[in-house]
Amino acid sequence: MPDFRSLIAHNKRNSYVLIVVFLLVFLGLGLLIGNVWGGGDMTFTILVAAIAGVVAFVMTLASYYGGSSAVLAMSGAKPIQKADDPQLFNVIEELSIAAGLPMPAIYVIDDSAPNAFATGRDPKHSYVAITTGLREKLNRDELQGVMAHELSHVRNYDILFATLMAVMVGVLVMLCDIFLRSMWWGAGSRRRRDRDEGGGSGGLQVVLLIVALALAIIAPILAHIIQMAMSRQREYLADASSVELTRNPAGLASALAKIAADPDVLEVASRATAHLYIVHPIKKFEERSGSIFDTHPPIQERVNRLMSMTR
Amino acid sequence: MSGLAVLLVFVALVVLAGLIVVGIYNALVSKRIRANEAWSQIDVQLKRRYDLIPNLVETVKGYAAHERQTLEGVIQARNAAIAVPAGNIAQQAQAENVLTGALRQIFALSEAYPNLKANDNFRQLQEELASTENRIAFARQYYNDSVGTFNTACQVFPSNIMANMFNFKVMDFFKTEEAAERQAPQVKF
Repeated sequence: MPDFRSLIAHNKRNSYVLIVVFLLVFLGLGLLIGNVWGGGDMTFTILVAAIAGVVAFVMTLASYYGGSSAVLAMSGAKPIQKADDPQLFNVIEELSIAAGLPMPAIYVIDDSAPNAFATGRDPKHSYVAITTGLREKLNRDELQGVMAHELSHVRNYDILFATLMAVMVGVLVMLCDIFLRSMWWGAGSRRRRDRDEGGGSGGLQVVLLIVALALAIIAPILAHIIQMAMSRQREYLADASSVELTRNPAGLASALAKIAADPDVLEVASRATAHLYIVHPIKKFEERSGSIFDTHPPIQERVNRLMSMTR
Repeated sequence: MSGLAVLLVFVALVVLAGLIVVGIYNALVSKRIRANEAWSQIDVQLKRRYDLIPNLVETVKGYAAHERQTLEGVIQARNAAIAVPAGNIAQQAQAENVLTGALRQIFALSEAYPNLKANDNFRQLQEELASTENRIAFARQYYNDSVGTFNTACQVFPSNIMANMFNFKVMDFFKTEEAAERQAPQVKF
């Protein structure tokens, strides 16, 4: 199966590059804003960038350790035992063997809207959740396809990537926001006066100020677009990995078609958790799908890609 | 002064080369460990199937006692598979394929006995055995993947040098009849 392998490797590489670029942009912006605030003072510039870095780090740690239980609690997911649903357990155990992963903890969400998600920081601490609505609608093959998709998110460390991205975007937006407000209220003016007395690179400072203002407005929007693009790409990747495990594209394709045909809206999902689910839980997003602000690719496109894998 | 610099560069290169060698060696070892673990997973699942079969035969007997031939075929195939000496991969693969075929006959037979088909115990066993078939197929798939990765590492430059030096041998794939493999997960209800 060389096509799956190269696709997965390619996507992984993209994600690493993205994270590194993101970190650089983040640091660069921190330095630029620090510079404008401090009126070119080197120590102050580095201090601002360092504080931004520390805030990002602390937030990442918090979501790394506390994220999954928060998500499970927010979605109203309840853990179940093998006796509650032997077939579901069997399907997931089979797939963990296929993927060479430890068995995840299994949760059920009591909701008629068909959906499923995976969370956890690494394969050893992983959780898959499925709504009762989806569980009832799927046959064994379709269930296998959906669960393989979820386990692929676990195996590809998508959850960790999504968390990292969310935190970085969040801190970036916060940084830009604080900066724009500070400019509005003229917080930087005192320092700018100090600098004028010291003389020197006044022209450069004005250029930097304009660049910083422009970036502070554009960066959050761009960051969101990149975050969503990555999320969409990871959905395609999880679909492909799912087929790599089951060797049966038809199962997942028909499950996706069933989910798409269902009009129910998942009530426990929110904007904050939407990117985790196998399809976008808020159906109106699905209708105007193809937007650059979407977390998921259009279902029809996913089904088409899956069907192109059947020889 | 420049003599010292040359010496430092030389030492750095030797250390770097050493680190690369250790890295390649460790990668080979962990790939081999993964393949061996994958193999023992196949064993676990085969054992699980052996354990389920007596139960299945007992249940079927209650509804279709005169299908003696089919039932005995399964038991024989099971015992033959258990009797294969450990380590003989080719022979074991063959015996397991015979067992898979015999089991498929039992499930085909249940079509003719509505009472048996409706029996809770039988349905449970059917789910467990269908799942076990999948587990065996998936464990085999994972084993073959792991062996493939390990064998590639043994044969491509530069890790093939290390593989030769430390006597890493390429491993056997778990071969199976393609047709049987494709049919196995199709036990539906």
